This record gives sequence, C-alpha cells and structure tokens, in this order.
Amino acid sequence: MRYSLASLLANALTGNKNWKPVWREPEPKRSYDVIIVGGGGHGLATAHYLAKEHGITNVAVIDKSYLGSGNVGRNTTIVRSNYLLPGNEPFYEWSLKLWEGLEQDLNYNAMVSQRGVLNVFHSDAQRDSFVRRGNAMRFHGADAELLDNDQVRALVPFVDLDNARFPIRGGLYQPRGGTVRHDAVVWGYARSADQRGVDVIQNCAATGFRVEKGRIVGIETEKGFIGAKKVALSVAGSSSRVGEMVGLRLPIESHVLQAFVTEGIKPLLDTVITFGAGHFYCSQSDKGGLVFGGDIDGYNTYAQRGNLPVVEDVAEGGMALIPAIGRLRILRSWGGLLDMSMDGSPIIDRTDIDGLYFNGGWCYGGFKATPAAGWCFAHLIATGQPHPYAAAYRFDRFASGRVIDEKGMGAQPNLH
Amino acid sequence: MRITCPYCGARGLEEFTYRGDATVTRPSSIDARATEAWVDYVYLRDNPAGLHKEFWQHSAGCRAWLEVARDTTTHEIVAVELAAKER
Ligand SMILES: Cc1cc2nc3c(=O)[nH]c(=O)nc-3n(C[C@H](O)[C@H](O)[C@H](O)COP(=O)(O)OP(=O)(O)OC[C@H]3O[C@@H](n4cnc5c(N)ncnc54)[C@H](O)[C@@H]3O)c2cc1C
Ligand SMILES: [Zn+2]
Repeated sequence: MRYSLASLLANALTGNKNWKPVWREPEPKRSYDVIIVGGGGHGLATAHYLAKEHGITNVAVIDKSYLGSGNVGRNTTIVRSNYLLPGNEPFYEWSLKLWEGLEQDLNYNAMVSQRGVLNVFHSDAQRDSFVRRGNAMRFHGADAELLDNDQVRALVPFVDLDNARFPIRGGLYQPRGGTVRHDAVVWGYARSADQRGVDVIQNCAATGFRVEKGRIVGIETEKGFIGAKKVALSVAGSSSRVGEMVGLRLPIESHVLQAFVTEGIKPLLDTVITFGAGHFYCSQSDKGGLVFGGDIDGYNTYAQRGNLPVVEDVAEGGMALIPAIGRLRILRSWGGLLDMSMDGSPIIDRTDIDGLYFNGGWCYGGFKATPAAGWCFAHLIATGQPHPYAAAYRFDRFASGRVIDEKGMGAQPNLH
Repeated sequence: MRITCPYCGARGLEEFTYRGDATVTRPSSIDARATEAWVDYVYLRDNPAGLHKEFWQHSAGCRAWLEVARDTTTHEIVAVELAAKER
C-alpha cells in the first residue's frame, strides 16, 4: 500500500483495522543473486538501493534477531556532514542529501528533522580548528556557519556560556544537520526493499560461509544452507565475529557506546548541541526526553552494556554545558556494539574472496551514513567497482598508509 | 568493572587506561620485507568474543602496566598479572 492522505483518511474512517503488515515474513529460497548478512540500517538500505538503483531484486537480507535490534535502534539519531578530511566529507554530504529526499524516496515518514547541529567551542585554538572544518565543509558544498556568543545565546539561551572552567566562545553550526527517527529508517527501508521483491528474513543468523575455489557460493544459516552468487557483510559490531567464520582478520575492535534518555519535558532544546571541552551531545526527542551520550567506554566488549565511569563522565559533560539537566531524572540507558576501526573511518570494499563484500568499521557514527553507505555498497556489489564517494574506504589504506584519521589519534580505537 | 592491581588491590575502572590486545607482537625488523608483519601488529586484531588478553595501565594509581585476561562477553576479569614479566 502507498501511504498518502487518502490512505490515512480511508483507514481512519474504517477504525484503523485494515492496515496490513508492511513487509512479508518469507522463508528463505534455495538461492539468491545477493545475500546481505545483517538487517541493520546499512544492510536494509543496501537492499533498497540494489533493487531501486540497480534492478537487482533476487536478494535476501538476513538478520540473527529482529529488525532494528542492533545499533540502528540504539543510536542517538544525529545526522550531519561536518567532517574535515577529503576522503570523508563528500561521502557524508551525499548521505545528508539522501536523508533530505528519503521520505519521498521511501514513501515513509522517517521524521527527518533538520533542526541543526551546533558544536560549541571554548578557546581560540578550538575556534581556529572549527573555522578550518567549516571551510572544508563549504568547499565540498555543505553548509556551515560560525556563530559568535550572542548567536549561540539566541539559539540555546540555557547553556552555561560563562562557565568558569570552560566558557563558551562561539559555535560551528550546520543548519541542515539534525535528527532522524531511527526505527522508522529501519522500517522504511525494509518496507521498500520488500515491496521491490527483496526477502527480509529475521531470526536467521549466519553461522558459516561456503567458499569454493576462492569464490563464495553461499552461507550456512540457522535455517540451513542458502546459495548465493554474492554475499555482502553488514553486521556492524559483529564484523570480526562473522568475518572470522570466513577467515577475515579485520582492522576492527568491538567497543560499547552508551546512550541515555531523561523523562519527558516541555520543548527546551530545538537543535542538536555538542560540548567542545568534553564529550557530550544532546537533542530532545519528540516525546520530550533529552537524548544524550558521550564517549565510548574504551575497551573491547561484546556485552552490549557499559560501565559507570562513562556514565559519570557524560553526566559531568551535561552539567557543564546545560546545568538545568541536573534537575531531570534519567529514565533509561543502554549500550550498543560498535565496530571501531583502527583509524576511526569505515570500510566499504571487496574482500580477497570473490563475490564477498564488506561494509563495516562505522564506529559511533554510522547512523548518519546509512543512506550513503547503502548507496555506495549497492554500487560496489552491483558493478564490482567502488563508488567514487567511498573510494577512500578501502582495506588497503592501512598497509599503504593512506588512513583517514579525522582525529589524528593513530591506530588506537578508543582514542577516536 | 574493577581490576585487582597486584600492587594496589581491587580498584575501580576509572583509575585504569586501556591499551588493547596483548597478544600482538611487535616485529623486530624495520626492513621493508617486514611491512606485512607491521600492518598485522599495528592494525589487525582477532577481536574475540570471549577471553581477551589485554594491556591496562594503572594510570591513576601505581602506574604499573598490567596484562589482564577478561571475558569480553561478560566483563568478568579472569586473571591479572604484571606486563613486565619474563617473556
Ligand atoms: C549508543 C549509540 C549511539 C549512536 N549515535 C549515533 C549518532 O548519533 N549518529 C550516528 O551517525 N551514528 C550513531 N551511532 C552509530 C550507528 O548506530 C551505527 O554505526 C550504525 O547503526 C551501524 O550500522 P547498522 O545500522 O547496519 O548496524 P546494526 O543495526 O548494528 O546492524 C547490524 C546487524 O547485523 C546483525 N548480525 C550480527 N551478526 C549476525 C549474524 N551472524 N547473522 C545475521 N545477522 C547478524 C545484527 O543482529 C544487527 O541487526 C550510535 C551507536 C550507538 C551504539
Ligand atoms: Zn596499581
């Protein structure tokens, strides 16, 4: 069914009893042209663009759990394209453009909200580095504005501008950044892929891979063997675990990132704001809760939950930036399993096994990348060639020294 | 998570700094032919789900470097010893 004003009205008048499930629950076929392992945002977006842009519809997306059970349903929903390095910025700007057209493309309300992203800075040196970043963004056609303190005050009057330790000196603002309802992204891509003939198969973990003469021929799953001409891995925090099944040793460590949401309050924060002297970012959900987070915990883990030192650190960052936050109660906190790469940037590439493709290493920032990652991964799978926007996201950059290290931290995932 | 430092006893996680995988070996050669070994050492990781041997420094304590065996699926710390042991 196409969603429209007419379909809304018709269903409202019939008591909303006739809505149909938005995707099928098929059993796996014996084989497919392409199997995508991992039904997170990236896997589903890849399926959508494979079908829509490349006409490849004999495709299955398999996930070990329910759709949205991974990071795509756990993130803080911030989208932006405020990157510095040439390998990154065109990719993220393309992603932001795809977000801008996503709801029309999918005929699905993903609540794309371009409420702006404000990064405040606290020193002259930090201003210089933000100016440089803003200029880099504008060179690539993105939007960036340098705000002085009066402009920051007008936008977010409740922040602690004159904090004794970290006074705010201004901000870098990207008006086109914002938030997107993460679950709706999953559902929208899944529905669109399904409507185009893609089988979306939940609760079906990949347990092994079959390779013959250097070529992938299919995968073992909880529902038996499924043949495939091509297999595309998109399992985020599980990349090393799944990669190991087929002999891939990756430049990735799995880490945990925590997020928090407070009780709902009246509208307070109508943009996304980040603290520049520590790590803290915050937005207000449509239900009224403040959604925020900070640094990753910083050690290898698959436990999908974090520890208290980061909770304390995030709370301190929040109090330094928005003292009023101390009056709110935290309702929930949770953790998600991140695929931290060694330079903090992602990988979209072929592997040494013919027909096996890899998308991962998205660290704590892959939600904003969902549309462009799907777009570029689909291009790679369909044509065998890397998409120009993702041309720098290759495995060989580690050996060749062409790493994309936005933070300049070196090969130490917990510093990115 | 609390780590039992051999010198200081059981201390909170916030006193420790994480370095990462303790099983990778730094190549002894800087010859170009050793590039692959260097890439392996600097970038590639087993990243196991389960027992992981890793380096931590008791940076806000005695500053000793420790080798910790920890289960990455439960955060259970199985063993702690000084990293500066005989190898
Ligand atoms: C707390 C938190 C906050 C974040 N905030 C932001 C943010 O504000 N902005 C931003 O841009 N990014 C953010 N991120 C990062 C972002 O969420 C991820 O980078 C992105 O969602 C990863 O891609 P994905 O959606 O495909 O991953 P996932 O949703 O994790 O998908 C991977 C899927 O693979 C499946 N899988 C694993 N193993 C197997 C197997 N053996 N067989 C079959 N399926 C398998 C999993 O079940 C999972 O569904 C955040 C992440 C976290 C955890
Ligand atoms: Zn000690």
